[in-house]
Amino acid sequence: MTKKTTFLAVLLLFAILACTSKKEATDAAQSSPSPADIATTQPETHGVEVKAIELTHPLNQSWVAAGTKIYDLKCAACHRLTGEKLVGPGWKGVTQRREPLWIMNMITNVDMMLEKDPEAQKLLEQCLVRMPNQNVTQEDTRQLIEFMRSNDGER
Amino acid sequence: MKYRPLMLLMVAAFALPSLLFLPGCKPHNPVTAVEGDAAQKVYVAPGKYDEFYNIVSGGFNGQVAVYGIPSGRLLRIIPVFAQFPENGWGFSEETKPMLNTSHGFVPWDDAHHVALSTTNGVHDGRWAFINGNNTPRIARISLKTFRTEEIIEIPNSSGNHSSPFLTENSEYAIAGTRFSYPLDDENSNPDVPISSYKQNFKGTVSFVGINPETGRMGISFQVLTPGVNFDLSRGGRGPSHDWFFFSCYNTEQANTLLEVNASQKDKDFIMALNWKKCEEYVKAGRGKKSKVRYAHNVYDEKTHTGTSTIETETIVLDPKELKDIVYFIPCPKSPHGCDVDPTGEYICGSGKLAAMIPVFSFSKIQKAIADKSFEGEFDGIPVLKYDAVLHGEVKKPGLGPLHTEFDGKGFAYTSFFVSSEIVKWNVKTLEVVDRVPTYYSIGHLSIPGGPTAKPWGKYVIAYNKITKDRYLPTGPELAQSAQLYDISGDKMKLLLDFPTTGEPHYAEAIPANLVSPNSVKIFKIEDNQHPYVTRGEKEAKVTRKGNQVHVQMTTIRSHFVPDNIEGVQMGDEVYFHVTNLEQDWDVPHGFAVKGANNAEILVMPGETCTLKWVPDRVGVVAFYCTDFCSALHQEMQGYVRVSPRGSNVPLTFSTGNKAEPTGATQ
Repeated sequence: MTKKTTFLAVLLLFAILACTSKKEATDAAQSSPSPADIATTQPETHGVEVKAIELTHPLNQSWVAAGTKIYDLKCAACHRLTGEKLVGPGWKGVTQRREPLWIMNMITNVDMMLEKDPEAQKLLEQCLVRMPNQNVTQEDTRQLIEFMRSNDGER
Repeated sequence: MKYRPLMLLMVAAFALPSLLFLPGCKPHNPVTAVEGDAAQKVYVAPGKYDEFYNIVSGGFNGQVAVYGIPSGRLLRIIPVFAQFPENGWGFSEETKPMLNTSHGFVPWDDAHHVALSTTNGVHDGRWAFINGNNTPRIARISLKTFRTEEIIEIPNSSGNHSSPFLTENSEYAIAGTRFSYPLDDENSNPDVPISSYKQNFKGTVSFVGINPETGRMGISFQVLTPGVNFDLSRGGRGPSHDWFFFSCYNTEQANTLLEVNASQKDKDFIMALNWKKCEEYVKAGRGKKSKVRYAHNVYDEKTHTGTSTIETETIVLDPKELKDIVYFIPCPKSPHGCDVDPTGEYICGSGKLAAMIPVFSFSKIQKAIADKSFEGEFDGIPVLKYDAVLHGEVKKPGLGPLHTEFDGKGFAYTSFFVSSEIVKWNVKTLEVVDRVPTYYSIGHLSIPGGPTAKPWGKYVIAYNKITKDRYLPTGPELAQSAQLYDISGDKMKLLLDFPTTGEPHYAEAIPANLVSPNSVKIFKIEDNQHPYVTRGEKEAKVTRKGNQVHVQMTTIRSHFVPDNIEGVQMGDEVYFHVTNLEQDWDVPHGFAVKGANNAEILVMPGETCTLKWVPDRVGVVAFYCTDFCSALHQEMQGYVRVSPRGSNVPLTFSTGNKAEPTGATQ
């Protein structure tokens, strides 16, 4: 339980992926959007890598409760709370196996992780279904991590 | 071989003049003088986007198609007035009400004219409107979801052709009757002889108010008119903001063989209507209440469900009593198009049988009205003097003028059906400056922003009525032929042929960046308020209400919950309410069950759709996902057991192992 201590909170660094298109009101026809704009500038998608996350003790119980609801709505279809694999791996022990930052980006930046992260790529080879972007915000993901810690026996 | 270029030139030299001067002859072996850089101008490289959305009516297919310009690629078909097998529109329980009318469920209509919403006369990228021609209706499509959100039926109407053109600020969409029909004091379409047209038949033009925030429509008022055929219409702008202009033909008031009998007079009319005055009269209580029945159907994005309400009243204004709201302008030979230039000063009427295009001046119309410069009355409506309101005539432009669009640089582009060409002319001087052939027999045409105060220009697109030999033959039925021309220079240049679905009539094109940034990618599952939504697999269940069995089912790559259902009996109606739990862009799931008379549904991420299924035999019936969703898509299936009526098999449902209870471990 002591191996995870408090990390200093560093808030988000934004990797600006899209080049901003110059928009001239007088010539709207000239500046059509680029695919990068479309893919990254909408609320339903993510693409902003999270660089740091803070864990606190004891568990924030209201986050645990909120995380339970998010799990039921968006995660339970593929992840058991035991170690059993369904579509994706079971969640038992996940907070020991993975860094919280890894979990955070796997949920909010899954495309980036599947492209870059060898552990994420290994999981895709095992499961053969891409972990979906379930439109979980960073705040909601933080609550999910609290729920995972609780599921792993932390208090 | 080396003589071939010369031969082509000779063919061109003979073909072009013959095209222009032989009325009624379709050009055979057309020479498409495509210039060397045409391919470069229309090539949109893989992964790149088009510059414009082209929102195109589907005509007799009752749909709207969306193409990219300049590539001509088909991006989407939006079902509106017709059931659509691709996504279950009009088949699912949620969307059936959208096709309800006062005549009941109408599964297929004829959709003619697209009108994109404008603010201060300029495209605002919010909504597309389109008319249902046969059973008169207007639909509103959201340009965020590319879905039909609302359909309103037009009462006291028949043949809603002159529609749904908008006023400058999208205050109103318009509906003008093509087919006048008997309307008495109760507006009830009484039982009278067809030959009593002149005594009993009337037309109406309806003003359908549009809520500026929500887009919601409602019939604000209707104006009763003499019995004629209204054809097309346009709202004024700038100085003519308060006015609407309608072309009308059959002022002969013929009720049979109109081809001959409605082509007798030298001049029919353009009707000028002051809708601001109409508003004042309505406010002052000068309208008459008319007892009617019409359906008003609204699709709610939160419940993912359409509801249909029957309304029973409209307000009708009679210009015979209210003398200053409607005037007729004589216009030669059965005018079709009636188009207003970007400044709002010039109105051109295109007489289908005329050998010229008259252009009217709004300021002269105002002066003639003030001076009472009338040549007489038609059925109680003042007729303005032609010469008093005419700006001028475009002389010998071609044969069969139909429609005109504007480029914002002072030029007009008119389509000519009979001589099969687009003719460019100067709006002020009325001189013809260029012409290009179209293949074949152009109907409507579209310049991006061409009907607005601020045309975006760059291209004109021809929607041709005859395809013949433009593509590889596909039997007697052919796709329609559209053609893209570059109009950025002095001369129009043909760039591209592209096939279109249905039979496009009017279309508009809008810069992509006015639409694409707002395009919705998913429906948020948290916002789903469908009465049978399943928020997570834990909520999945099957319940019985009498002989109705409601299955609340979830989908995610790649399984259904539940996927084993028992206890359904013969005589039951089974409703599969399928909620797609996915929250990623472009991950729909399909649902099909053997023997369903409604076939299939397709469910977008975060949406709930319902398929009704009445089993017709005992046995175990499979259902499955119809949209390839993952590597294990072929595993996405389930079974329903149907037992005889009165069987004691209990109603149960499951998927795999029972999910363990959730909650924090203490």
